[in-house]
Amino acid sequence: MSIDIKEVTHIAKLARLSLTGAELELYSTQLSGILGYVEKLKELDTGGIEPTSHVLDLKNVMREDRVRPSLPEDEVLANAPDRKDGFYRVPRIIE
Amino acid sequence: MELYELGLAGALSLIKEKKASAREVLDSVFTRIRNVDGRVKAYVSLTEELAYKMAENAAGPIAGLPVAIKDNMCTKGVRTTCSSKILENFTPPYESTVTERLFKAGCSLPGKTNLDEFAMGSSTENSAFFTTKNPWDLERIPGGSSGGSAAAVAAGECLAALGSDTGGSIRQPASLCGVVGLKPTYGRVSRYGLVAFASSLDQIGPITKTVEDAAIIMNIISGHDPLDSTSAPIPVPDFTAVLGKDIKGLKVGIPKEYFVEGMDKEVEKSVRDAIAHLENLGAVPVEVGLPHTPYAVADYYILATSEASSNLARFDGVKYGFRAEGKDLMEMYMETKARGFGAEVKRRIMLGTYALSSGYYEAYYGKGQKVRTLIKRDFEEAFKKVDVIATPTSPTPAFKIGEKTADPLQMYLSDIFTISINLAGIPAISIPCGFTSGGLPIGLQIIGKHFDEETILKAAHAYEQSTNWHTMRPAL
Repeated sequence: MSIDIKEVTHIAKLARLSLTGAELELYSTQLSGILGYVEKLKELDTGGIEPTSHVLDLKNVMREDRVRPSLPEDEVLANAPDRKDGFYRVPRIIE
Repeated sequence: MELYELGLAGALSLIKEKKASAREVLDSVFTRIRNVDGRVKAYVSLTEELAYKMAENAAGPIAGLPVAIKDNMCTKGVRTTCSSKILENFTPPYESTVTERLFKAGCSLPGKTNLDEFAMGSSTENSAFFTTKNPWDLERIPGGSSGGSAAAVAAGECLAALGSDTGGSIRQPASLCGVVGLKPTYGRVSRYGLVAFASSLDQIGPITKTVEDAAIIMNIISGHDPLDSTSAPIPVPDFTAVLGKDIKGLKVGIPKEYFVEGMDKEVEKSVRDAIAHLENLGAVPVEVGLPHTPYAVADYYILATSEASSNLARFDGVKYGFRAEGKDLMEMYMETKARGFGAEVKRRIMLGTYALSSGYYEAYYGKGQKVRTLIKRDFEEAFKKVDVIATPTSPTPAFKIGEKTADPLQMYLSDIFTISINLAGIPAISIPCGFTSGGLPIGLQIIGKHFDEETILKAAHAYEQSTNWHTMRPAL
């Protein structure tokens, strides 16, 4: 199993992660090694086996559709890197 | 005996007998922190002023007693960093359910403990701030990811602590620091306010000096929470009620797959001696098979990293935490993550993103979920024959700082005996069961059926009360 630099670059873009040339090379080697180890899962025949997404016997947990108090806007926005008029502010999205 | 050496039950009985006050216990713990934390480095933040304020009017079963909290659980108004640069200045506007329940029980918060960044690691070496040291040997790691909590308990820098366990992060550091660590059944304890790593595996639990203390904390933090839809709506027993009951006839499964080549010889001997000791107490050892054990680490690193890559997408510099400047939104996202996350977190985001990416999802995540079913079935089959399963917690004692940082796979393999339990969602406890010739603690893991923490607590307590390991303290 080998993940080349081109593929690592593609994955980094999907993950919205800017990587240096040295990091790209390191992760290419390390991810190839880890995925090589993970290959052993293919030894197992899982035909007809149901997937387990979690172990609890719970489905679609609902709550009553009732308005409850929210956190105070000011306290929530206090952690925002940039804010204006009760909103989060980010760099321009639309040219 | 110094007051900081006490556990919760020990302190409560002294307070009841009027031989000490909660205030004196708190004084002793903070003096201890001042004397040793410069070397142990268990805490990311200390909240001494708050601790005394909380203790002033405290009421409840553990009134005024200091319980440390791993720094990935939100504490309202107290910085919660996940030992990451990206959350270095994050102060939660809300309280996690576990801390709310502990505070209602009267507990006082001494501080927040160090961890591997976002709980990803087995040594605390992935903390963005510093590496916590093992109180038994300051050149060694305390285990991880709840290494700060385990070291703080072992060093007497708190009476007890909370950790979180996704693949062994409570049990492995407890084992390596010579203390008790319990990972409850998935769904037993609310994760509301726990910063998510791998949501189908994460669970919060106690790290304590004794089994009784683990039961006391379980009584406080367990139970359904409407704020966590994955918390199970089932009744919670009094976990202390089983303590002291005998274990005659208890069937203890011994899985042959957990006694394999490569295990440290002294660890193997201590664990085999511990099983013989359980037999002397009336338990009946039964050989069981968990045939899919060799696939657990590979399975875990697909499932956990996939979930992590999804969970950590939220740290994008918009709503909270660190933001790097960028000429446009995309560059801001990419630079924020690049500069905010450490190497191991990036590695796992990359692996998880790959496993979930178009064309690979079925081969990796889909396959991983099916293998998970096989691992879960192994335990279901074994538990038809036995009441609990006993294994080593970790294949080796605490390793040297730096020993495994170059090879991520070697680090991952140090969780080989704990990971399957998270995949199966069942409870397990690690308790001290000996020391190496070099004086490093060894842990015994006792695994139970779904929602049967009582039986593992009963077995662990019977073992503990007839041995002296839990009374040993590191010389600091």
